[in-house]
Amino acid sequence: MKRVVITGAGTINSIGQDFSQTINSLREGRCGISALKFKDVERLSIKIGGQIHNFEPDRHFNRQQLSLYDRYTQLTLIAADEAITQSGLTFNGELAASTGVVLGTAGGGVSTSDDNYRAVYEEGKNRVHPFVVPKLMNNAAASHLSMKFNLKGPTFTVSSACASSNHAMAQAFQIVRSAQSPVMVTGGSESMMCFGGIKAWEGLRVMSKDACRPFSLNRNGMVQGEGAAIFVFEELEHAKRRGANIFCEVKGFAMSSDAADIVNPSKHGAARAISQALKDAQVNLEDVGYINAHGTGTAANDKTECAAVADVFGHHADKIMISSTKSMHGHIIGGTGAVELIACILALKDGVISPTIGYVEHDPECALDVVPNEARDAKVKLAISNAFAFGGLNAVLVLQKV
Amino acid sequence: MDIRSKVIEIIADHAIVEPSDLSDESTLESLGIDSLGLVESIFAIEEAFNIQIPFNANQPNESPFDISSVATIVRGIEKLIQEQA
Repeated sequence: MKRVVITGAGTINSIGQDFSQTINSLREGRCGISALKFKDVERLSIKIGGQIHNFEPDRHFNRQQLSLYDRYTQLTLIAADEAITQSGLTFNGELAASTGVVLGTAGGGVSTSDDNYRAVYEEGKNRVHPFVVPKLMNNAAASHLSMKFNLKGPTFTVSSACASSNHAMAQAFQIVRSAQSPVMVTGGSESMMCFGGIKAWEGLRVMSKDACRPFSLNRNGMVQGEGAAIFVFEELEHAKRRGANIFCEVKGFAMSSDAADIVNPSKHGAARAISQALKDAQVNLEDVGYINAHGTGTAANDKTECAAVADVFGHHADKIMISSTKSMHGHIIGGTGAVELIACILALKDGVISPTIGYVEHDPECALDVVPNEARDAKVKLAISNAFAFGGLNAVLVLQKV
Repeated sequence: MDIRSKVIEIIADHAIVEPSDLSDESTLESLGIDSLGLVESIFAIEEAFNIQIPFNANQPNESPFDISSVATIVRGIEKLIQEQA
């Protein structure tokens, strides 16, 4: 089995237009949640989200590209550009033939669907643009990324709601670990920032109207975010040989299904994913110093997640720092695990633990060290990143300092 | 704007060339318009003239709408406008 490290990272989200801005925002506990801006927002009862403002697609892409790139694809390509540039890799010959792209997204081109349903149903048009299908499909971003960087290996999209990115990165990890390819590009992207996208979430009655306050007793729901994060996963020796900059090691992962309820989370399913991931990584649980929580800010998730962590870690749970950066960038659904992996990198590489902001009041059912409101300096050897999706699908990654 | 000028404007726009570079004899192929560019151009023409162009990308040559040159496209549109008026 090969060892796998991260040698490139890129992102765009509501707290940063690139990797270093995002790192700075995580350190500062900056909130990217603001008033939503798009057509018909006044007809929504939820009017806040982690929307990326000051982003001008036509400064990055030409007209032909824009006719094919939904917003989620645009965000993917911007993040990928940064990650691949940073990795210093160019893809030719054998490396191009083996390197692929595994991305996570839950909704794919949600805005494209929304815009075109509006055109045919509301505006009564009988004609839509010919590229609606290639623009909205869930693999559009993975395919465009593959085309742009000449990546010809295994390329596909994983869709498991809020765990999509973690499932995707687990697949990419397996491909590198099992020596199928020395390099894979992976991560996730999501943008449901349109009337229909938010209206659908509103229907579930799980959204907060004012803020995302994970683990705080007064929490009242999740807040939607948008963004993408892309990483270069590389075999350790391959990275060393070329003197690559290494962010951290991807040590192991596990996936599980609750097989219980389509929306309510299960402590047992979450706990099984965490403990299996630690087993897969062959590490001691006492070495885990940080957990990037799923931490959605809903009543159900946060207490279930804390109970699962307490079950797995026992007494050591009291020594672990666990924070939810969704309090800053919102819940990026299928892209969330990818953006949150950046908080794990910050913890392992720079020794800074991202805070859970908006924290007001202690909840006895979430009695862990949730790093309230301010970032903390701490040396951490191992970090884990949790994702527990609707549908009861769980995916947990284990990362190690290099 | 007459039909011919409008068609030339649309095709030039998709080929990313100046309208003055097109003539009646210009073909979409010679302008570098690929299959995706073709369906996009047909969409733009339909939008501009509010017509339905019978065109199946699987059988471009069997379509009653002749796309072999700028001139045939203009004639096809004139006919459709008359029929659909």
